[in-house]
Amino acid sequence: MLAATVRVTRDLDGAEEAVQDAYVQALRTWASDGVPERPGAWLTTVARRNALNVVRRRRTFDTKLPLLLEPEDTEMPDPDAEAIPDDRLRLIFTCCHPALSPEAQIALTLRLVCGLATPEVARALLVAEATMAARLTRAKRKIAAARIPYAVPSAADLPERVDAVLTVIHLLYASGHTAYSGAELMRDELSERALDLARMLRVLMPDEREAAGLLALLLVHHARRATRTDAHGVLLRLEDQDRSNWNREQIAEADRLLVAALRAGPAGRFTLQAAIAALHAQARSYADTDWPQILTLYDQLLRVWPSPVVELNRAVAVSMVDGPQAALAEVEALERDRRLAGYPYLPATKADLLHRLGRNVEASRAYHAAHELSDNAAERDFLAERVRETSTQPSR
Amino acid sequence: MAQYAVLIYERVPPEELPPEVLAAHEQLPERIAEQGGRELAGMALHPNETATSIRGGVVTDGPFIETKEVLAGVFVIEARDLDHALTLGKLTPIADGGVEVRPLLGFEVSERS
Repeated sequence: MLAATVRVTRDLDGAEEAVQDAYVQALRTWASDGVPERPGAWLTTVARRNALNVVRRRRTFDTKLPLLLEPEDTEMPDPDAEAIPDDRLRLIFTCCHPALSPEAQIALTLRLVCGLATPEVARALLVAEATMAARLTRAKRKIAAARIPYAVPSAADLPERVDAVLTVIHLLYASGHTAYSGAELMRDELSERALDLARMLRVLMPDEREAAGLLALLLVHHARRATRTDAHGVLLRLEDQDRSNWNREQIAEADRLLVAALRAGPAGRFTLQAAIAALHAQARSYADTDWPQILTLYDQLLRVWPSPVVELNRAVAVSMVDGPQAALAEVEALERDRRLAGYPYLPATKADLLHRLGRNVEASRAYHAAHELSDNAAERDFLAERVRETSTQPSR
Repeated sequence: MAQYAVLIYERVPPEELPPEVLAAHEQLPERIAEQGGRELAGMALHPNETATSIRGGVVTDGPFIETKEVLAGVFVIEARDLDHALTLGKLTPIADGGVEVRPLLGFEVSERS
């Protein structure tokens, strides 16, 4: 409803106001006349009519202030037109515009596309409420002043802009999956929202293969979610998770999406990550995993998306194909990459490799370094346990 | 249409700009028009060494802010929205640097007396 209304007001605050007024009118009218047959359509129509009034009021105001920008077209959109899916897509592209900071993109998407209230957005992203309110206001002000369009980008800009949208949804899922700090490892609410968004985008852009890839990726992660911690909330590694508890339905859905995406042409980064995750999901055990195939996929992923984080993950696959010694050399090379300074999974991965090589004194030291860098309570407990474990085992 | 300022930040001083960059500047209004926009005004600045700053009434030699990329020029364009303005901004010929696109709050040209 908000998405359909923004198109009329061309500004988010005006649209939010019009929608709220529509709810107030509904309470009044429905109490006396009964609930209409299609309450959603009724609300949207009323909200857009309110929005037209806001725009008319504003036009009067604008003529007195000629330096302010006038609304683009004078043509009044038909309030009954059912263009809601398109409107929703426009809203997503506005919220994920690269002219906004990534923090603002995520916050706006939660607030305007998912409809979370500002305090909920603040809680979800672990930011003080006043800070979040200021961040949202600043972003909305920029959208209005710089005229960030409420539109699906042109064909020339589309691939880059779709990537920005997918990145926001992925970040949203990731921040729910492993909270940066705080006691719970997962915050289901955020992950569910991200999954909903990925589904929505898949429906809105059926030809976008990476939208299918992202949905597949999130589905596989989601399928394993219940097994990421034990009954006491302690983190479990992939090799220690109970695979019989993985959600087979979600994994099968991801597989169907992947088969279609991979058949359609060269795979993008989300599709490749999903393919890697799906191979893990199909394997009966950690040792049974098709590691050579995973390594090939990581090589492809590095070509389309060169990133030290991908190289680090690839090193784990190397350790399963060529042994921990070969992988250790790659991880040590990555230690010289300043972009990974402060990234707890770098020393954690190194520690695992050292442990597998029987070099427990060094492993213990590396686990300790990872422990120092992590903010997540479940991860910290896990790493502290590894420090204890490796420091009591003899070194080879 | 909305108005935007395109601020040009350039490391190469104007006298050293390659001829193709200068030629592209000449053609810029035309290229902007081809893309459905309009250039309303353009200003090219002398290099940083010619700048004089006044801060709290005190006059000093040099630009207000010392940066590697120097504000080399400003032009004002009309565009439909930010996406359109960014498309037009990308047409700016640059030797080594970039541009900043900002919505205009006001734009007035005073009459010459």
